[in-house]
Amino acid sequence: MILEVRDLAVSFRTEQGLVRAIDGVSFEVFEGEVLGIVGESGSGKTVTMLAVMGLITDPNSVIEGSIRYRGRELVGMRQRELQHLRGREIAMIFQDPMTALTPVYTIGWQIAEQILAHQKVSKSAAWDKAIGLLDEVGIPKPEEAVHRYPHQLSGGMRQRAVIAMALTCNPALLVADEPTTALDVTVQAQILDLLRKLRKAHGSSIVFITHDLGVMAELADRIMVMYAGRIVERATAARLFAEPRHPYTRALLDSIPPLDGARPRRLRSIAGAPPSLLNLPKGCAFAPRCPSRLSVCDEAKPTLTGTAHAVACVVASGR
Amino acid sequence: MAYAILQRLAQMVFVMFGISMLVFLIFFGTPGVDPAARIAGRNASPEVLEAVRKSFGFDQPFYVQYFTMMKKIFVTGDLTSFVNRGWKVVPAVLDTVPVTLSLVIGAAVLWVVFSLIIGVLAAAYRDTWIDKVLMILGLIGISMPVYWLGEVMNLMTQSRFHDSWLFSWVPPLGYKNLSDDPKGWFLTLVIPWITLAILYIGLYGRVLRAAITEALQEDYIRTARAKGLSETRILLRHALRTSLIGFVTLFGLDFGALVGGSALLTEVVFGLQGVGKLTFDALQNLDLPVIMTTVLYASFFVVMANAVVDMVYILLDPRVRTS
Ligand SMILES: Nc1ncnc2c1ncn2[C@@H]1O[C@H](COP(=O)(O)OP(=O)(O)O)[C@@H](O)[C@H]1O
Ligand SMILES: [Mg+2]
Repeated sequence: MILEVRDLAVSFRTEQGLVRAIDGVSFEVFEGEVLGIVGESGSGKTVTMLAVMGLITDPNSVIEGSIRYRGRELVGMRQRELQHLRGREIAMIFQDPMTALTPVYTIGWQIAEQILAHQKVSKSAAWDKAIGLLDEVGIPKPEEAVHRYPHQLSGGMRQRAVIAMALTCNPALLVADEPTTALDVTVQAQILDLLRKLRKAHGSSIVFITHDLGVMAELADRIMVMYAGRIVERATAARLFAEPRHPYTRALLDSIPPLDGARPRRLRSIAGAPPSLLNLPKGCAFAPRCPSRLSVCDEAKPTLTGTAHAVACVVASGR
Repeated sequence: MAYAILQRLAQMVFVMFGISMLVFLIFFGTPGVDPAARIAGRNASPEVLEAVRKSFGFDQPFYVQYFTMMKKIFVTGDLTSFVNRGWKVVPAVLDTVPVTLSLVIGAAVLWVVFSLIIGVLAAAYRDTWIDKVLMILGLIGISMPVYWLGEVMNLMTQSRFHDSWLFSWVPPLGYKNLSDDPKGWFLTLVIPWITLAILYIGLYGRVLRAAITEALQEDYIRTARAKGLSETRILLRHALRTSLIGFVTLFGLDFGALVGGSALLTEVVFGLQGVGKLTFDALQNLDLPVIMTTVLYASFFVVMANAVVDMVYILLDPRVRTS
């Protein structure tokens, strides 16, 4: 086990009140696997992984629970120690490659900077390694590309550069936060291919975040579904697609456009909107939108039960 | 790149031509006013008036008048002040240039160094007492009028405490040539430098703190943190570096304006015969030839500073570098 998260809760004090971004989140990431996190926008996927990275810097945030990386507790760890883990053992790729790179430095400079921050090598060795990495992620003419500034590259190429940067130290855990959402469809497929290839070559564990279950089918070993800051279902990818149990997961699956064949005239979308994180309902957060809702659903929050295929739903688990 | 610079220079010449035209029109083309009478000064005799009219070509078409004036300023350099009885204007203006440059460059060094320190420290310790103290000091610096501050400085260093060990080194007011007396040059200018710089230290420190704080919210800072860089490196190499673009723009404009005469109040308070002081005196006497020359001189520096800012911009921000 490479990462073990127990009862993680992150809230933000805001002028409107306490925003409970995530609550009671527990999961683990095993050696060499791809764990997918899905959920609508705002469900807490990014906050979860930012907390793992120690990157929630907002002074108004409160982080509770436990995050263990290879047995070491990360919650409350000093920034200095975290710096040695970040970028070297745990790397993260962000959603928008347009803004993820510092505009005034060449991509070669920015990749070399990360190498030099963690490894005792010469500048020219770091530079050579940057060229090698750009080549590996499929950027044409890497010896020229290292001298390019971010604005001189297309979105897809920038995301490749960001991925190359994340791979500099062969991280044991790679977090990819919606790496394809900001890109157009053909580029999306290329980046997914690249991630699959890199996973074989480097053997890193990957946490892959997306709001699109369709993307997940091609990549993830296990999937966890988040809703309003909680995990509602967790299973292997095969199980989840074959027999989804939570009504929210089923609704999400219904809204995936088929990859081939005739597209339905209208995609089914889930009626209603997620609840405000400022005052979550006493019972199940999905109940107001749920087609299978019972009166017990409004009474208490369902807990995540089951091991191989866990679900947080009173109706689905038949209690 | 070379083409961009050439283009910028051509633009500069064009802008200066426009400004000189405009200034000339205002002073000499205002209907119902006899420019000859203005140049000759109050109570001038008819002979002097006639001489002025001939010398400036006021009996000729307007464009000839303009070119005569430009020739007197830029080519022959024999523009004469009648108010000041035959004073040669161009050498007089050129004499004031080293004074103003010495004052402004020294102050600029001070204000850049200190505002960088203050801005970076305040941003690094944002929302702590260090930040608050620095920002309040900055605000005080901005709110002190420079003539008042200058007078207070003079009062302390020239009279009240002049004999104390603290200020006994301060020489009497006035300017000493750098080439004749480097030590005297430096000592006479220390107090004026500080006085002029304080406003800008406060202003630039606050602007820089705001820019860095804003830059720290950017996505690329999160990337930099995810890379495992140290906070210091993130602050200096990423947040400060991208904030410098706005800082340089501001600096270029203020520096140009000060060299062009905006250091007037400091010059007057410390008895420095600089461009600002000269313009000030000329305005009081309505000495049109001097005003015309100093306005052109000032516009030259402002336009030049703008052009330099644009070029530094090209160096600092790769996004404006077009192939
Ligand atoms: N710094 C913050 N202050 C207040 N609320 C925040 C902050 N960061 C995130 N949130 C809230 O936390 C919730 C979860 O956000 P996020 O994890 O980004 O969602 P996702 O990545 O699933 O789209 C959102 O409702 C967001 O508004
Ligand atoms: Mg997100």
